[in-house]
Amino acid sequence: MADEYGEFYQRNRDIHPPALTPTYKTSVLRSPRIPLWSLQNSLSEVTGPVFTPDELGPLDHDLIKNYAHTGDPVGERTIIHGQVLDEDARPQAGVLVEIWQANAGGRYRHVNDRYFAPIDPNFGGCGRTLTDAEGRYWFRTVKPGVYPFRNYINSWRPAHVHFSIFGSGFAQRLITQMYFEGDPMIRHDAIAQTIADPAAIDRLVAKLDLNASIPLDSVAYRFDIVLRGRRATMFENKLQGN
Amino acid sequence: MKHSINKLEETPSQTAGPYVHIGLLPHQAGFDIFANNFSHEIAGPDTKGERITIEGMVFDGSGAPIRDMLLELWQANAEGRYRHPADRQQGKAIDPGFRGWGRTGTDFASGLYTFETIKPGSVVGRSGTKPMAPHVSLWLVSRGINIGLSTRMYFDDESEANAADPVLNLIEQPARRKTLLGHRGSRDGKTVYRFDIHLQGAHETVFFDV
Ligand SMILES: [Fe+2]
Repeated sequence: MADEYGEFYQRNRDIHPPALTPTYKTSVLRSPRIPLWSLQNSLSEVTGPVFTPDELGPLDHDLIKNYAHTGDPVGERTIIHGQVLDEDARPQAGVLVEIWQANAGGRYRHVNDRYFAPIDPNFGGCGRTLTDAEGRYWFRTVKPGVYPFRNYINSWRPAHVHFSIFGSGFAQRLITQMYFEGDPMIRHDAIAQTIADPAAIDRLVAKLDLNASIPLDSVAYRFDIVLRGRRATMFENKLQGN
Repeated sequence: MKHSINKLEETPSQTAGPYVHIGLLPHQAGFDIFANNFSHEIAGPDTKGERITIEGMVFDGSGAPIRDMLLELWQANAEGRYRHPADRQQGKAIDPGFRGWGRTGTDFASGLYTFETIKPGSVVGRSGTKPMAPHVSLWLVSRGINIGLSTRMYFDDESEANAADPVLNLIEQPARRKTLLGHRGSRDGKTVYRFDIHLQGAHETVFFDV
C-alpha cells in the first residue's frame, strides 16, 4: 500500500524523452553529458511547496475572461479538463496546475516572440488552478494555432498547451505539453517526437470529449495527468524523524 | 525497466520551451495578468534566519550563459524544517513567514538569476545516515531541456557539515562535489552566494535522478 508521504517510485526514464535528442537541435548544447547521479529520496525530495486557493484569483483558470479588455479573444472556444492521478491511480488533490499557450493565430504574448501573426488584445495566454478533492481540474480557453519555430526551416509546432504540474513532493515536479486528438502535425513535430515510445506520445494527446462540451458554446478535450506514485514506507527505507 | 508494475505510467515530460515565462513568470514575458505572482523572493519580512542572496548563471555546452532558463528553489527553514506534512522532525518549528519555495528566470540580457531567501538549517538524512548539510534543491527547465534537471546547492562556508554530508559523499569523484558549492561573498552589506551551473564541459554540475 502506498504511503501518503513515502518515497517516490523510481522514475521510468524510458517513457520520457532523453536529454540529448539531436533532431531537436537546442537539446544538443543543453543536455548534461555525465549520467544523472541516482539519489534515494530524503526529506528534501519527498516534501514540496503547498499552495492554497486564496493564492489564486477567481478568473485565473478562465483564459477567455482573464485578459479580456474589449471582448472575448478570437478562436475556437475550448474546455480542457481532466484528472491528476498518481501511478497507483490515486487522485491528487490540491495540485497546482499552470498552463500557457499561443493565441488562435499561433502567436505568444511574450517579448521574445517575433512571429508576425498578430497579438490578440483580449488574450493573455496563461491560466492556473488547483485540483479539487477528486484531483480534477478545468480550464476554459481558445484553441491555440500552429506556429513555426527555428529547428529546421520548415518546422512547425502542432497546436499545443504547455502544462506545469506540482505534486505533493518536489521530485514529482513536471512540465509537459498537451496536444489535440487528430492533429497531423504531431507526427512531424521534432519536440513531440523526442519521445521514442508512440504510446507515450499518445498519452499527451487530449481526446475530444463531447459529453463535457457545453452545447452551442464550447467543445471539450480531456487530458488526464499521471504523477509519480509513492512507495509504502517500510522499515528499511524509513526516513529518520518519521 | 520497460514496463512498470504500477497501474499507470507517469505522464511524459516535454520541454518548457522559450515562452515558459508566460505561464510561470508573466511579468518577465512582458505583461501583467494575475493579482498574485510567484517570485524569487522566498523570504518575507517576518522570516527568521540569516538573509542571503543566491545568484549565478547557467552555461550551455558552448560556454554561453542561458538567458531563458527558469529555476525553482525548494528549501527548509532556518531551523532545518520543511513546510510540508511529511516533515515530522521533532523539536523544529514551522516558520509561519516562510514557505521555502520560489521561482525565477535568468535575465534576458545578462543571464543572471537571483533568489532572495534565508540560509536553511540542517535536515535529517535517510535512516542510518548523518544529518544533511544545509542545502537548497533546484529544478531547472528551459527550451532544449526535455526533462527538468534536479540539483542541490550547498554552502561553501559549511565545510565541516559538507564533509559529512551523506549525499555529497555519494558522488564518486570528489572533484565533482565542488560543482554543488555556492560561494559566499558580500556586496553592499548583503551576503551573496554565487552558484553557477554548467550543463556540460569540464565543470559539468552534478545533476540528480531523484
Ligand atoms: Fe509552445
